Amino acid sequence: MADLTSEFVGIKSPNPFWLASAPPTDKEYNVRRAFDAGWGGVVWKTLGLDPHVVNVNGPRYGAIYGADRRLLGLNNIELITDRPLQTNLDEIKVVKRDYPDRAMIVSLMVPCEEEPWKFILPQVEDTGADGVELNFGCPHGMSERGMGSAVGQVPEYIEMVTRWVKANTRMPVIVKLTPNITDIRKPAEAAMKGGADAVSLINTINSITSVDLDLFAPEPTIDGKGAHGGYCGPAVKPIALNMVAEIARDPALGQIPISGIGGIPTWRDAAEFMALGAGNVQVCTAAMTYGFKIVQEMISGLSDYMDSKGLTSVDEIVGRAVPNVTDWQHLNLNYVAKAKINQDLCISCGRCFAACEDTSHQAIAMSEDRTFTVIDEECDACNLCDTVCPVEDCITMEAMAPGLIDPRTQKVVEPDYANWTTHPNNPAAKAAE
Amino acid sequence: MSSDAFTPGIVAARLAADAYDDHFSDLHPRLDAHEALVAADRCYFCHDAPCITACPTDIDIPLFIRQIATGTPDAAAKTILNQNIMGGMCARVCPTEQLCEEACVREAAEGKPVLIGQLQRYATDHLQEQGIHPFSRAAATGKTVAVVGAGPAGLSCAHRLAMLGHDVVVLDARPKAGGLNEYGIATYKTVDGFAQAEVDWLLKIGGIRIEYGKALGREETLDSLRDAYDAVFLGMGLGGVNALDAEGAEKEGVLDAVDFIADLRQTRDLAQVPVGRDVVVIGGGMTAIDAAVQARLLGALNVTLVYRRGRARMNASVFEQDLATSKGVRIVTHAVPRAVIGNGAVREIEFDYVDDAMAPTGQTLRLAADQVFRAIGQTLIGEGLPDLEGRKIKVDGAGRTSVAGVWAGGDCATGGDDLTVTAVAEGRDAAMDIHEALTGDAA
Repeated sequence: MADLTSEFVGIKSPNPFWLASAPPTDKEYNVRRAFDAGWGGVVWKTLGLDPHVVNVNGPRYGAIYGADRRLLGLNNIELITDRPLQTNLDEIKVVKRDYPDRAMIVSLMVPCEEEPWKFILPQVEDTGADGVELNFGCPHGMSERGMGSAVGQVPEYIEMVTRWVKANTRMPVIVKLTPNITDIRKPAEAAMKGGADAVSLINTINSITSVDLDLFAPEPTIDGKGAHGGYCGPAVKPIALNMVAEIARDPALGQIPISGIGGIPTWRDAAEFMALGAGNVQVCTAAMTYGFKIVQEMISGLSDYMDSKGLTSVDEIVGRAVPNVTDWQHLNLNYVAKAKINQDLCISCGRCFAACEDTSHQAIAMSEDRTFTVIDEECDACNLCDTVCPVEDCITMEAMAPGLIDPRTQKVVEPDYANWTTHPNNPAAKAAE
Repeated sequence: MSSDAFTPGIVAARLAADAYDDHFSDLHPRLDAHEALVAADRCYFCHDAPCITACPTDIDIPLFIRQIATGTPDAAAKTILNQNIMGGMCARVCPTEQLCEEACVREAAEGKPVLIGQLQRYATDHLQEQGIHPFSRAAATGKTVAVVGAGPAGLSCAHRLAMLGHDVVVLDARPKAGGLNEYGIATYKTVDGFAQAEVDWLLKIGGIRIEYGKALGREETLDSLRDAYDAVFLGMGLGGVNALDAEGAEKEGVLDAVDFIADLRQTRDLAQVPVGRDVVVIGGGMTAIDAAVQARLLGALNVTLVYRRGRARMNASVFEQDLATSKGVRIVTHAVPRAVIGNGAVREIEFDYVDDAMAPTGQTLRLAADQVFRAIGQTLIGEGLPDLEGRKIKVDGAGRTSVAGVWAGGDCATGGDDLTVTAVAEGRDAAMDIHEALTGDAA
């Protein structure tokens, strides 16, 4: 069993798995169950000022399903906590007292003025919480009132509010970012300038999951109408991973600590976020889908992985893949690969053929007896065949050794690295000469 | 006087009254909506899919499964029925494990094919139970075609002809339509009167009139039909049962399996169908299996199916063989009947064991038997028929016989296996050829 102990902006937890601010962390009962199940920490569902907000009394979730109603994407129109401030503060205090080894972060969202922050921060500090997370991310409901993503979409506001918070508390401050912007580095930079100890991302993505074709209304439908919600779950992982990497690899952001969020149902997803620079991860949809017990698989999976790699600390994973994230223009254009179909594994479904023949390069041949083979003269290793193949490892992309002649281009595979910046077809490269 | 499994002789009511419904319930209960979605999702939507090639009616299986997966089972049903108007029955009785599901790439990959047959039933039931008949008739051609036999071949032919605008008169010797679907298939494969419901649904196309109690060579001759109609399709199946070539084969208690199966289908009360205590079924096809399994289900104590060759040569599929053994039927292979023994009624039956070349090995087998079912094949009967090839009506690919204006298909004609699905395909294809011959149009 590897040592999964995590320390994130000075906050210790027995593992790097926190529950994100959301319905699973809305009250004492749930959080106790989460800690009993093994979660390393929680970000308590966002507190606001009294009078507390209200939720709609109707459906608040929409879903995208894979096979067998496997939940792939979840959309919600939940608001921040709909319970009185004092009730939450009292519960946070007793839970932190009873679980002193777990991380207790409190998510906050109050109006964009300094007074409300001065009002709420001391009360949070009084609970013994380990830190606060500023919710600049929620894209629905609260944003209509000038909070949540309405703040997160304006870097100047992020910087201003973060500065107020840092000035009014000794607790570490994590700024939660909205993905509903064009360049995630700008809000991250603003948070850093405001003095944030870390950023967490992503919050949910503006979304309509489906339309009821009888009512002609978006779902979830509340009395015939629907509003856009925030999208999360396994489907958003690629978007979140990219945003995490964009921040992690930007030297201007000074390696600001990142708490990774967005489509993390398994240990492997968590390890991937950490490899791209996340110091820890936060989970919500997976817990809402399967219950808190999933953390036990995350713990055993990450531990086994670390043991197999000889890693003794989770920090050894953090950022390890960041140096290999680059821009397209720096990819090696002299690298040549060809698809190869393993005939022993092939089940002759022909999906690779249909995909290549109809939509790509006509680089797969089909025989009378349904044997499928790659035509090297046509294959440019786009990888679509492998992507659509239902059998794992049946189609692989095999690199061509330098010195061989690529049957497609009739050119020798060069041993040296060369990218677009020096490519003869690049007008900019020519201009530079 | 009550009877049970141990009561000697051929008697009714061996089971408790409430056991029959359970024993003869649906072999494969219909998939529910969620099960259908899960099963449909397993289809890879193969390119030029092998399952289509394996289907005698060329149903576009990946397309109909995708239509189920996207929540449009009625569209799926149309895809099926367009190729195979008896897709509902075929979904129940096709040996899918030898056809589409054997060809399924997931069978090759993991030994678990997509449940094509059950998905087909899900779709066709969904449409037909709403009473929707999705086909309509073309403008009337003024031609009338006679179809002999209201089985799968005849009805398939009749439906396609009616669709194309012809009027059709179907003659059948029996009091009900459906042929083997109605009389020749095990009860548990087509419960709740499905065969008649399917016929009723099929006839909604209009333009088809069925005349019951009319047989070729009895009420009608081929010449009289040729005179009265613009074309004739022969789809009367195989009316004769092959005799048992064994000493004493005429003894009481030696019966035709097809009659036993028909009685089971036609009875209102299964408890009234008598069955032996020690039953021996001779044969290796679907009829033999259907008789043996149902004898067990009626409460026979010992049921033995005896086949003259090895298991691999049996016409019954491996699935059917396994079904039989799972119901307690003992399968004996490499044995041919030599003598039926008994004083008036059968008491025992003796077999010679034979090798793969059918030569006696010198060893024998003697089985107690109070009921023996012949299931060693059926034969075409009738006179004045078109030319035969072997023991069937000789036809070309489109079902044309040696007699001008006469087509044939199904079990009575050459070509293809004796399967419901094959009969449907042959009836359909003959109808297309008849249409072209009558109108000059290739539909």
